[in-house]
Amino acid sequence: MSRVVALVLLCLVVALFALLRKYRAVVVSNTAFKYSYYPASALLVILAVNFLLVALGADRLFFVQQAVYGLSLGSVYALIALGYTMVYGVIKLINFAHGDIYMVGAYAGYYAVTALNLSFVPALVVAMAVSAVTGVLVERIAYKPLRDSPRITLLITAIGMSLLLENLGQKVFTSTPRTYPSMFTGSYNVFGVSVDLSRIIVFVVTILLMLALQYFVTYTKPGRAMRAVSQDRDAARLMGIDIDRVIAATFAVGSALAGAAGVLVGIVFPQIRPTMGVMPGLKAFVAAVIGGIGIIPGAMLGGMIIGVSENLVTAYISSSWRDAIAFGFLILILLAKPTGILGKHTREKV
Amino acid sequence: MLRVEDLHVHYGGIHALKGIELAVGEGQIVALIGANGAGKSTTLNTISGLVRASGGRVEFLGKDITNAPSHEIVRMGLCQVPEGRKIFPEMTVIENLLMGAYIRNDSEEIKADRDLVFDLFPRLKERQHQVASTLSGGEQQMLAIGRGLMSRPKLLLLDEPSMGLAPLLVKEIFNIVKAINQQGTTILLVEQNANMALSIADYGYVLETGRTVLHGPAQELAANEEVKAAYLGG
Repeated sequence: MSRVVALVLLCLVVALFALLRKYRAVVVSNTAFKYSYYPASALLVILAVNFLLVALGADRLFFVQQAVYGLSLGSVYALIALGYTMVYGVIKLINFAHGDIYMVGAYAGYYAVTALNLSFVPALVVAMAVSAVTGVLVERIAYKPLRDSPRITLLITAIGMSLLLENLGQKVFTSTPRTYPSMFTGSYNVFGVSVDLSRIIVFVVTILLMLALQYFVTYTKPGRAMRAVSQDRDAARLMGIDIDRVIAATFAVGSALAGAAGVLVGIVFPQIRPTMGVMPGLKAFVAAVIGGIGIIPGAMLGGMIIGVSENLVTAYISSSWRDAIAFGFLILILLAKPTGILGKHTREKV
Repeated sequence: MLRVEDLHVHYGGIHALKGIELAVGEGQIVALIGANGAGKSTTLNTISGLVRASGGRVEFLGKDITNAPSHEIVRMGLCQVPEGRKIFPEMTVIENLLMGAYIRNDSEEIKADRDLVFDLFPRLKERQHQVASTLSGGEQQMLAIGRGLMSRPKLLLLDEPSMGLAPLLVKEIFNIVKAINQQGTTILLVEQNANMALSIADYGYVLETGRTVLHGPAQELAANEEVKAAYLGG
């Protein structure tokens, strides 16, 4: 395919995409095409990227390779972002200690594998359980007594909890980095792209956890209670929902997901240290905001966007620009859509 | 069934309720009327545990429920349909009704009750899979009442069910409130539309700046000159 043809096709795809967006309401309201809007959008975006790469004369395989690597990093961000977004949903708090819960999960997984000799899945379960308990304890000790205080008090408390956990981590685990034993070696060749087994595992486990979460939130009673509390707290109380229990459950679920992320990151980037939660925590927070804070699919989307763009920036520009681009993305998206990509326009009702 | 004695509430420095007295007997419709800011909604919110009382006593079915947590009060059979509907905007009609039945575990009977609500409000059945925020104001009020019924309350507190609705709809809602009462649910109704409220109620209380100033059988209140002048538009 010549580069000129690719350029023409690119324009065509972009025009199609614009058309699709313009008639979004029509497509979504039609029962037969109801569920085809997002897949169709995704397909068009992939085609657009493909034609753009051909038009630029870039190496498509290299690009796909980097994008796939980005997906596994994005999985980790997305899992952490889910906790931020869920907690924000029920108590409108940015839980800055959340990144450190992820660190606790990584260490719990590490000791489960090295000291208890557990294999991957049991270690993952242990890490999730330990993180869940830590998250609930943090809520119980630090946030619950401040339930009726101004939000800024809670926010500052969260930052304090974060520092406390990091320093406790230094004390308990020492600041020497630990190295996860390699559990998954080998790589597969998929359509000419070589993908490490560990990265496939990360991606697959993340997708499974997200599906489980989606099921939990949509169809189970505690999940529905969680949504009810985030939509209208007083109304939820009038339904007979015990708010304190729902909040504790939200911390447990969100923290368990962060704990899973801690183990998953350990099998791809094996070095763990007590301060490892700071940067990923911040980026996951950015991911949650980009996707629309309080919205679960938004956290997943935001995480993937940050992960993939980070990898692409590292591959094509320079790794020192990586973080600047991630946070630049935040500013750009918030300028265009202050409530995040999937965020709804909320107007204060009088 | 419900007895409120000398109820006081403070919001910060504001003394919002200054000794409310009221009683609701089993099977009755009791109306609570009064102007804006008289303390009607605060009274309901304190009964259902959303607002803390600073003094006085609330008794339901012979038990003291003053300042008990809301979720326990609901379990005892007292359910409030709050002012401004407060439906869950991003849930479907069915999900909202299921939330109403949160305290129950008998899925077969929940389904049966859901069908009863659909019989009462056929419009909700037509829109059962619609997201609640897309309903009209009247439909949202129907949903709020239906959701309240899903907990099978012995006493239903209704806060301003006529708010913001067209006169024809108000009439429809009040007919339904009456029907609900005839099926055996006791009702405590807060209304600004005093005329309507007193026309279906057995007994009425008039609140003024946080105090019960007048009470009596609804027909007597409706005929009372003071009440007529102040709340029934002459």
